Amino acid sequence: MRLLYFAWLRARIGHAEEDLALPPEVRDVAGLLAWLRAREGRYGEALRDLSVVRVAVNQEYVGLDHPLRDGDEVALFPPVTGG
Amino acid sequence: MIRVQREDFDVGRELQELAAGDHTIGGVASFIGLVRDMGQVSALTLEHYPGMTEKKLAEIEAEANRRWPLSASLVIHRYGRLEPGERIVLVATASPHREAALAACHFLIDWLKTDAPFWKSEATPEGERWVAARAEDDKATRRWRGE
Repeated sequence: MRLLYFAWLRARIGHAEEDLALPPEVRDVAGLLAWLRAREGRYGEALRDLSVVRVAVNQEYVGLDHPLRDGDEVALFPPVTGG
Repeated sequence: MIRVQREDFDVGRELQELAAGDHTIGGVASFIGLVRDMGQVSALTLEHYPGMTEKKLAEIEAEANRRWPLSASLVIHRYGRLEPGERIVLVATASPHREAALAACHFLIDWLKTDAPFWKSEATPEGERWVAARAEDDKATRRWRGE
């Protein structure tokens, strides 16, 4: 799957995108976030407060229980501030 | 029509083109968002999610067209570095009657602020800082959802 990070999530994690083989234990968005947080300090730091993290799968907003598949494009970003 | 672009736009020309050739249009409403000078901030940088931005803006525009009888609609949103006084966004709607044009324009700007994936960063004397989302913006969008 492809992971994309935007705004301060990108800045804290240190890169804008990465390709990742879906870990077998990850079934949904909540599982992916838990897996990323445990992966490395900067991910744990960036994803510490999930109330300020929004998730889009294949360019649609989704909730934590949204199932994931290996070909998905998953974007993590803070609440939007356009306009 | 949706446009996401770095460059500025000519408001007069855009509004004229929106209504050109359709004499059933009785009114054009518009909203122009500008970079506000807040003293310490020398510039804003707008980042967005290419692909999803266009998709969400098109969905928002389609929803406005479902809710009101619009003859034409336009959303132009800029990204990149913008200084105080520069234009960020143009929303324009045209309809036979003013009520639909005004309401749809208001709906579009409220909705895009909470749905379109853009993020603002401010350049300050202490460095760059990300703008936090405002609870009032969420409230404005919820109002249109009937919540």
